[in-house]
Amino acid sequence: MVDTALNTTSVADGLLTDDGKSLKAKLALATRRNKLRAFLLVAPLLVFILVTFLWPIGVMLYRSVYSPNFGETFYRTAIAIKDWDGKDLPSEDVFAAFVADLVQAKKDRTIGKAGTRINYEISGARSLFTSSARKAKKLEPPYKEALIGVKEQWGERNLWSTIKRLTGSYTASFYLASLDRRYNKDNQIVTQPEERQIYLPLFLRTFWIGGLVMVFCIILGYPIAYLLSILPLRTSNLLMIMVLLPFWTSLLVRTTAWIAILQREGIVNDVLVFLRIISDENRIQMIYNQAGTIIAMTHILLPFMVLPLYSVMKTIPPSYMRAARSLGATQFTAFTRVYMPQTLPGVGAGSVLVFILAIGYYITPALVGGRTGTLISNVIAGHMQKSLNWGLAAALGSLLLASVLVLYWLYNKIVGVDKMKFG
Amino acid sequence: MNKALKYSISAAVAAVVGLSASAWAAELTVVSWGGAYTKSQVKAYHEPFTAKTGVKINSEDYSGGLAEVKAQVESKNVKWDIVDVELSDAVRGCDEGLLETIDPAILPPAPDGTPAAKDFIDGALSDCAVANIVWSTIYAYDKTKFPNNAPKTMADFFNVKDFPGKRGMRKGPKPNLEFALMADGVAPGDVYKMLATPAGVDRAFAKLDSIKDSVVWWEAGAQPPQLLADGEVAMTTAYNGRIFGAVASENKPFEIVWDGQILDLDLFVIPKGAPNKKEALEFIAFATDTQRLADQAKYISYGPARKSSGPLVGKFQDGKIDMAPHMPTAADNMKVALLNDFAFWADYQDELNERFTAWLAK
Repeated sequence: MVDTALNTTSVADGLLTDDGKSLKAKLALATRRNKLRAFLLVAPLLVFILVTFLWPIGVMLYRSVYSPNFGETFYRTAIAIKDWDGKDLPSEDVFAAFVADLVQAKKDRTIGKAGTRINYEISGARSLFTSSARKAKKLEPPYKEALIGVKEQWGERNLWSTIKRLTGSYTASFYLASLDRRYNKDNQIVTQPEERQIYLPLFLRTFWIGGLVMVFCIILGYPIAYLLSILPLRTSNLLMIMVLLPFWTSLLVRTTAWIAILQREGIVNDVLVFLRIISDENRIQMIYNQAGTIIAMTHILLPFMVLPLYSVMKTIPPSYMRAARSLGATQFTAFTRVYMPQTLPGVGAGSVLVFILAIGYYITPALVGGRTGTLISNVIAGHMQKSLNWGLAAALGSLLLASVLVLYWLYNKIVGVDKMKFG
Repeated sequence: MNKALKYSISAAVAAVVGLSASAWAAELTVVSWGGAYTKSQVKAYHEPFTAKTGVKINSEDYSGGLAEVKAQVESKNVKWDIVDVELSDAVRGCDEGLLETIDPAILPPAPDGTPAAKDFIDGALSDCAVANIVWSTIYAYDKTKFPNNAPKTMADFFNVKDFPGKRGMRKGPKPNLEFALMADGVAPGDVYKMLATPAGVDRAFAKLDSIKDSVVWWEAGAQPPQLLADGEVAMTTAYNGRIFGAVASENKPFEIVWDGQILDLDLFVIPKGAPNKKEALEFIAFATDTQRLADQAKYISYGPARKSSGPLVGKFQDGKIDMAPHMPTAADNMKVALLNDFAFWADYQDELNERFTAWLAK
């Protein structure tokens, strides 16, 4: 038998088709064609994903470390400062190169941009650069004394070690800033003073709120999904519409609706005052804080929990529960030992969806978050739109992306992604 | 091909080319802040400009900041011709090479012949920008909440004991730190000198600490009048035009306190590489002449950036309210006032933003 099989393959090698080519080659050609056709079919999607998803993420990652413009503008200084040991002030050569660069940058109108880059690290550097550049043309050697004569800040070692660090094209300073760290004057990495630590606490708050929203969505969504899956079709359809209707309503409308409901003069407070549960002066602050963010986000993200749960629960035959009961399990045991384990893939899918959406949430916390309920995404948007520090925004965004990937990897390790079911 | 056909084709081609050329030349995209403010600009600047030159103006809204300008300039795909920006953004955009320079010589002189450079108020002309209005951040209160004892000074805003109720404030260090120092007794002239020192910043934050628990933070200019109207706050900082609008158009019982107001400018700038730079310059020269600036005050209570426009300011569009006393620049309103120092904020905003955010989260 084995021999015959072997024989057949070796014969196949030698077999020829009508046009005299080997069958094997012909077959390979046909599969290649099929593969190409399949590839062409997915090509539009692939290109779309590349252009709208992977490329921007790549650019973002690149921007978070690439910051060449100071070094390009101050190219003479970049060369001269290479040999500086960082112990004392740089030599006269460095100062001379620096003054030449200042004059040039003033002429090219690039001084503001370069100064702004230093200003990210040292406040006040922008005006130090622009005002000194205005006087640079008239300076005479020795440049060290002349420059320090213009502004005494030029005599600070910290400033020069920052300048040396930023003459390179690549920098870790945006990531350091995102982790509330900075370089000190001896080029060591130190923690920011306490009154300027913001990003790590914000990351923690973002994960905390995302986790809370996820837990509330499970608590609220599980019974709804269960009800949907056991009710007769007609009633469950009606319920389903009630779940989906808010899902289809604009995010902005739902968020502002929560403002109308929860604010101090809002519906909930009015009812409580009317029922004499609270007095008119002691209206409860339920919005513009963390509570408001959690309430509004739970409501908005609830369908993302209900839908995967429902689609999993729908596939669990009711006979399993009946079988468990008939074998002597109580209602509670039957539920926890038989029914619930089968719904876990749905819980997993819903939790991952809700949590990942929640930690990247922007518009709802911006509107109802107030002081204690804003998330990391609001700060990223601030750096994009207001401070224009796109490097820092990119670093914060990359960290958020990385933490999502780590969580996903953990989830895969613990639960297994293949166990996740969306329906 | 016969001759008639040939002619008609070339005529059609000419017509199409001519049309597209004129369409290309005659559309200007002017970007501003939306709402009543953009409406006042459309009435006072855009419509008369189109009537005079035939150049169509396409008005777009944005929410401030240089992010979009930076994105357009860096991708070399500039769609906006003119943008209405805040002072600090005009200066920073110019420094970073995002804006075209504007020669003040193109601006028409005042009717009495004073050159534009002297007619505009201090700081209204810079390398890349021409101011059109002066606006201010003030605080306003709900009259019904303080029937007997109305707040009058900036210190009253920070006094929750004698003037109970929640406060609305802009979520950000600017201009709350200035307000806090003035409320703490610092003279307007010393505010920025003090804020440049760590001790001054500490003092400002300490003053803010005293009302921190009573503050509702707002971000968009439309929010404060809404917070007041909803009774969510008893008094709030706000842009003066928004409060005026709520009082004049919706009869709200709000009152502005001018003490300690912080003046700021809105300016026209041209993004670097704007598609219709020539027309954009023409528009800016036209829109910031004496009469046009005075006309704008008919629709919103922001002050004209030219001194010569002041006497020409008339009545509100309803024909009843006299606009002059509602201008931030009116003498009565200027007794204790501070001009926003853009250079200070350009230098310190990153550090103070961080510190403010950290302070808020605590």
